Amino acid sequence: MKAHVYVMLRKTVLDPQGQTIHGALRKMQYRGVEDVRQGKYFVLTLSDALALPEAQLEVERIAREVLVNPVIEEYTYRLEP
Amino acid sequence: MKSASSSAIPLPAQITPELLAQHGITADEYQRILDALGRTPSMTELGIYSVMWSEHCSYKSSRVHLKRLPTESQRVVQGPGENAGIIDVGDGWACAFKIESHNHPSYIEPYQGAATGVGGILRDIFTMGARPLAVMDSLRFGPIVAEDSAKVDGENSTPTSLLNKNHQILEGVVSGIAGYGNCFGVPNLGGETRFEPCYSGNPLVNAFALGMVRKDEIFYGKATGVGNPVLYVGAKTGRDGIHGATMASEEFHEGSEQKRPNVQMGDPFMEKLLLEACLEAMQTGTIVGIQDMGAAGLTSSSCEMGSRGGVGIEMELDRVPQRETGMTAYEMMLSESQERMLLVADKGREQEVLRVFAKWGLDAVTVGTVIAESRLKILHHGELVADIPNASLTDEAPRYHRPIGTWKAPVPSEPSAEILKQLQAKRDLTTDLKKLLASSNICDKRWVFEQYDTMVQTNTAQGPGGEAGVMRLKGTQRGLAMALDGNSRWCYLDPKLGAAHAVAEAARKVACTGATPIAATNCLNFGNPEKPEIMAQLSSAIDGIAEACTALGTPITGGNVSLYNETKGEAIYPSPVVGIVGILEDVSKAVPADFQRTGDAVLLLHPKAPAKESASLKEFGSSEYAKYFLKALWGTPPALSLDTEAALHKCLAKLADDGLLHSARDISDGGIAVALAEGCFAHQVGIRVTVPSGLSDDPMACVLFAEHASEAIVTCAPESVEKIKNIIDDFGFLTVGPLGVTTADRIELSVNGKPIISESIANLSGPWRRGLSDALESTFHRDSSAMDQA
Amino acid sequence: MIPIEKPLINYMQMKFGVLVFPGSNCDHDTYHVISEVVGQPVVFLWHESEQLENCDAILVPGGFAYGDYLRTGAIAHFAPIMQAVKKFAASGGLVLGICNGFQILTESGLLPGALMRNAGLKYICKQIYLRTETSDSPFTNLLQPCQVLKIPIGHMEGNYFCDAPTLQQLEAQRRIAFRYSTAAGEITAEANPNGSLQNIAGILNEGRNVLGMMPHPDRSSEALLGSADGLRIFQSMVATLAGQD
Repeated sequence: MKAHVYVMLRKTVLDPQGQTIHGALRKMQYRGVEDVRQGKYFVLTLSDALALPEAQLEVERIAREVLVNPVIEEYTYRLEP
Repeated sequence: MKSASSSAIPLPAQITPELLAQHGITADEYQRILDALGRTPSMTELGIYSVMWSEHCSYKSSRVHLKRLPTESQRVVQGPGENAGIIDVGDGWACAFKIESHNHPSYIEPYQGAATGVGGILRDIFTMGARPLAVMDSLRFGPIVAEDSAKVDGENSTPTSLLNKNHQILEGVVSGIAGYGNCFGVPNLGGETRFEPCYSGNPLVNAFALGMVRKDEIFYGKATGVGNPVLYVGAKTGRDGIHGATMASEEFHEGSEQKRPNVQMGDPFMEKLLLEACLEAMQTGTIVGIQDMGAAGLTSSSCEMGSRGGVGIEMELDRVPQRETGMTAYEMMLSESQERMLLVADKGREQEVLRVFAKWGLDAVTVGTVIAESRLKILHHGELVADIPNASLTDEAPRYHRPIGTWKAPVPSEPSAEILKQLQAKRDLTTDLKKLLASSNICDKRWVFEQYDTMVQTNTAQGPGGEAGVMRLKGTQRGLAMALDGNSRWCYLDPKLGAAHAVAEAARKVACTGATPIAATNCLNFGNPEKPEIMAQLSSAIDGIAEACTALGTPITGGNVSLYNETKGEAIYPSPVVGIVGILEDVSKAVPADFQRTGDAVLLLHPKAPAKESASLKEFGSSEYAKYFLKALWGTPPALSLDTEAALHKCLAKLADDGLLHSARDISDGGIAVALAEGCFAHQVGIRVTVPSGLSDDPMACVLFAEHASEAIVTCAPESVEKIKNIIDDFGFLTVGPLGVTTADRIELSVNGKPIISESIANLSGPWRRGLSDALESTFHRDSSAMDQA
Repeated sequence: MIPIEKPLINYMQMKFGVLVFPGSNCDHDTYHVISEVVGQPVVFLWHESEQLENCDAILVPGGFAYGDYLRTGAIAHFAPIMQAVKKFAASGGLVLGICNGFQILTESGLLPGALMRNAGLKYICKQIYLRTETSDSPFTNLLQPCQVLKIPIGHMEGNYFCDAPTLQQLEAQRRIAFRYSTAAGEITAEANPNGSLQNIAGILNEGRNVLGMMPHPDRSSEALLGSADGLRIFQSMVATLAGQD
């Protein structure tokens, strides 16, 4: 089983990298882009021994305690069988 | 370990002309392989020969010429041939230093190419037991602004897409150097960054590093002691950069970008751990020899260590830590994965070494043993896959006396009538000065060096932006000064004189700090050596370096040759880059480059007699001014008298040691006007000076902006002027002329009593300071990947 | 030996501990300042160790602990030594985090807020000016309020951020130790090198015994290196410790 964890800066936190990319897209005349936010994407390959509910708990714990700095970041995830 | 039975023979490969061509092996060279082995090589053996006999590893085109370089002095502990050169700096300390190119990888993937260039040169230093103290870089890019891009031969200016590409390469290279060096924790003292159209498809990234080692604790890349274990330490082996070494020995053509998989990824964190672990392991007293796995990784380290020690190495590749599955012996032997070392330990004491690496969380595995026969024996899954005499890979590798063409001056020796007319017309010289100060080659390089950690290790007495970097040596009174230089336009006009200038100017920068130049390293960047005209450039440049290094007392202790720097058949300018190291007996006496205070006297130290009569107009064709404003190139580089140059260096050292100088700077790109203006900027100190008028019929631009060798501008307290004059009289070749005084807020230059330039400091320093960032903002790059990796 | 500034205070010996994580690269610099310039005993404390060897003060040095991978300071805060540092700080022990050390202290929750990527997105290394915002702390008691210090920075992630209530609290409790300023001590946008909230360069914890700062006092304690202004911070710590005994 694989866990896909997406980490983004909280919506209220300024994202200078995203803004720079957005500015670049505008300058290059790509149309219709309202905003860009940049994040991180982790793929955790989990042991088959881990049942689904356990896996959920463990991934959430890892995300909360390690992958994310809650002061500035938030996360979402999905599990892929 | 199971030993290879003597009867076994590696499985012969199906040799075809195509296969040989893919490996860059000529028919003659293949015959030599057959002779050395006495049989058909296996695929692994063919791969090993192809990398070891590549230009990059074997120096087959340059080696016969490199022999002409001076390599000895009382201070030289280790000359060329090891991982780095070493010189004695006193009090039981020695310094290891070298410069190396990473040009081709930096074109293909600027960030990783430059980063791994820094990583490679750092390993060369710490593999000798030296802790890296400083790095510098000599960088060459194609133009990044349209005004600066007109080719001198009148071709159309560089298209915007190419300006963007050059911009992208610059951004990537600088952030790669920063990303690697900053994380590793070594200060970057700058170096130099120049722009010429010839580097558009072929940027140069030459990385210099210097480290300190106790003289009695130096380690060498030499295997000894039959039966001693051979250990692999550091990062795991992947398929990185397979055939990187042969790639660096080919010209670029359309589609070279497709070679991306060849480029290695650097991990500076791993390198930092490897540094600490290696230096700690060396303290155990159990390490016999150690070598970095650079180009051709496992292959070069194992056969070179064996060859230097007159022994052999036998390895079982199954034991090599691997990052990917299913790698063949061929792939493992040719992998250029970074941050790996091969070392030989004392038999029975390998546990002590393994313990240190375990502490730092690094892989360390016994992969083989030292054998008596001087051969490289490689086993994979217990099968013998390579069995090669070391000598055939190293000392007896092919070396060529390639045909040397007759060198012909590429441009006329005199300016055209039209150029002459432009020169003699009335010009607004204040505007010219402003523009020149803002031009890419002359402007402030802060945008580059502020991305580098210039202060970590707390030894930086003078960081980037001055003449040379100056480092204190903790625990002693001493300091080391170091600088890089190379004016390839001058080498194009005259390879021998231009190369001699590279030595002279790098040494002059070092001497301006008060240090005595003591040794040199060089990186020779040239085009395709199979072309006689390129060999003519290379051979002459080596002669120029040899002559200058001999005259200035700075033997070459090592370096690197990078050939095939061509794109679509067009070579770069001949680009030797020279690094000079100098010693300061008392680092607290180091002289800064910038004017320090108002009310000081400004003096010009210069040769008593011009080296050649009435050559000024002819020499002006080599100047930055001629290139930038007149879009023209003619004539020759400035004349150079090495005796005078040597006298100037000794004189500067004496004046600094007597504490007479408040600042000292040399006159280089942009001539005396630029040198004087730049001296004013750091501390916002003005000047009122009279510039010597030279020959009566010289155009005013020539008086202000001509570039000369063997000159320095110094400032001192007014009461020191007489003392300085007396000292200079002792140095036969030199004389000193008063220029003027430092003042509060304006830059005022006059010639023959006539005011020529009068401008506020801010109006000149602004364009100078903004030059590079304005240029970079004027182009725009589509690739944001540099940001992710930074 | 190189002539160095004589220690200002020569009370009793105060033992400093410098943490060493894989990837720390200012550990030797910090050690050098304490032993050679400040003139106090100092030891290295390895990240896997669980004790602080009776140190009187802990220095978390700059560098790239764990390569700055994941987030700067993020992996370091799980090291065994950090548990001991947390306990030490909770009992009032002096902890100074410099640069990457500051990042580690925020990740560990010893200081509020976070250090984000510089607004200009590039690593910046240069001399800058700081204004001392409070002399009421063990790290700044030898400094005058509003005293301007010339101290270099060298970082990619020094852009201080915290939410509005936290900022309010920092202000109200006078826990902002340093702000980026001009040479004349003005707090301006131009003087802010990295986009930090309110030009914040260093903050204290509620107990005022933990300081995190992005600029490097370790690189500005000897005139030969361009400034000795940072030395006062270490000397303040020594004075505080001496006063406690």
